[in-house]
Amino acid sequence: MTELAQTRSAPALPFGRRFELVPVILFAVFAAGPILASASGAEGYVLSLLTRVMILGLAAMSLDLILGYGALVSFGHAAFLGIGAYAVGILASHGSEDALVQIPVALAASAGFGLVTGAISLRTKGVYFIMITLAFGQMLFFLATSLAAYGGDDGMTLPERSRVAGTALIESDVAFYWASFFCLLVTYALARAVVASRFGRVLRGTRENSVRMEAIGFQPFRYQLAAYVLSGMMAGLAGCLLANQTEFVSPAYMTWQRSGELIFMVVLGGLGTLHGAIIGAAAFLLLEEFLPEILHTLGFMLQEDMRARLVENWKMIFGPLLILIVLFARGGIMGLWRRGHHG
Amino acid sequence: MVEPLLELRHLKKNFGALVVTDDVSLAVEPGELHAIIGPNGAGKTTLIHQISGFLSSASGEVLLGGQDITRLSMHERVRRGLARSFQITSILPGFSALENVALAVQARSGSSFRFFGDASRERGLNELAMDCLEQVGLGDRAFATAGFLSHGEKRQLELAIALATRPRLLLLDEPLAGTGHDDSQRVVETLRALKSRITIVLIEHDMDAVFSLADRVSVLVYGRVIATDTPVAIRANAEVRTAYLGEEV
Repeated sequence: MTELAQTRSAPALPFGRRFELVPVILFAVFAAGPILASASGAEGYVLSLLTRVMILGLAAMSLDLILGYGALVSFGHAAFLGIGAYAVGILASHGSEDALVQIPVALAASAGFGLVTGAISLRTKGVYFIMITLAFGQMLFFLATSLAAYGGDDGMTLPERSRVAGTALIESDVAFYWASFFCLLVTYALARAVVASRFGRVLRGTRENSVRMEAIGFQPFRYQLAAYVLSGMMAGLAGCLLANQTEFVSPAYMTWQRSGELIFMVVLGGLGTLHGAIIGAAAFLLLEEFLPEILHTLGFMLQEDMRARLVENWKMIFGPLLILIVLFARGGIMGLWRRGHHG
Repeated sequence: MVEPLLELRHLKKNFGALVVTDDVSLAVEPGELHAIIGPNGAGKTTLIHQISGFLSSASGEVLLGGQDITRLSMHERVRRGLARSFQITSILPGFSALENVALAVQARSGSSFRFFGDASRERGLNELAMDCLEQVGLGDRAFATAGFLSHGEKRQLELAIALATRPRLLLLDEPLAGTGHDDSQRVVETLRALKSRITIVLIEHDMDAVFSLADRVSVLVYGRVIATDTPVAIRANAEVRTAYLGEEV
């Protein structure tokens, strides 16, 4: 916990906002995605990869809101992804295929789950908080595997993407890409506002020193709970998108490994910056996607047999590589960026 | 006699078999600076913790302005006008000095469940915060990151934070602890300026400071108040001399 608390965002300058280049570049790249995709010659593949980056980036960013700004290490955040995805799947299987119904239901369900589990989890601190959020996540995972009517272990396939006000607005991959882009951008802007607001300042203050916050008259629990619920709702939205992208819903969305990956994305990108989490998600997913090929290229001097084995076992490189990045790039990718800019 | 602002009635606290606060009754009158002195381990900090609500009491009552606040939590007591500083500096190290104080202003002015609008640019909060910083002589350090302030400046910042909650009663737990000569001179001057306006309960080891600031002094030994009187009378008290002051005075 202290480790996390030490990774602080740069101190605020006296009144006035700093112009930040990184998020502008980030969203410009996403906005150029469809052009990049069609230029690459593998449009469908690139588009779907970038959509996935944005969706998991949204989930990672939602986690950063409580992890980076509240020092709350939630190890069950994938549960919200699952709630969002199952809200879409279950409603669709009952004939409600409109996103205008599904998303509010998903958000309400995420908020409800966040409120109940948060109210219990936030009574604990440190490692106990990690374990109890993990336990709630696992509880939901096993609940999903036991839902025989909705595919149980195997999950279920959606008949089609959600409709929007009765129209097949996001049926095409490009349209869905823009829908995901829009969700990410709006949520990012919202999160930025929240972090700078009175509420966000109380949350950040509690991260720094919760006894001090009580001594000036705040009850940290209320603010942490509200942040937890808000963060869960954002992740729930990501879950809706994830289900729509793959047109498939399964318990695999809410495994504890997925929760761990989300934490990793946030730490990799840099805690407490919001866009850092999105960059972390991008780095994580792109590395996961292209590492086998990179290894294949790098292994040119190896025998064919060894080379094949290296590529096949790419995760043996992936794991240590991630550890090295976290060890040597304190503050994640955003930390490197900041160091590069301020000497 | 005036109604006391703070009244402790038969307050007790034990950690297991160890009795730390042993039947303490004390009345702090409005406007006075009431110092509590005592040897190390006498239970002074524990007593402050009990008054502020950081620790609960085994039995007895704490009354603020005649109201029983024994069962209230720390943040509820703050809202009733009871502020405190800590023996070990407790600030928000990653925030600027101004934001440290502005948060305390924010705590008592309007809801903090506001999710929009940049809090660091709220004029009303910043102006009041700046005012508190100036009162403790830290105005020129407002934009410095609190974690990088000198030790003495951090002690002053704590005072400013406590002031920003607009307390009726200020509990100060060794505000001079660890400060050098110049710093401690500054804190003493700040306290002297404040004592006319706010009722203060002061725990302090620096006897020069205590006897120059205090209106009344209580002596705590092994969790018991053995004497409460004016500084002059305390100096002359034989029991106090043997129990505590020894050759110091």
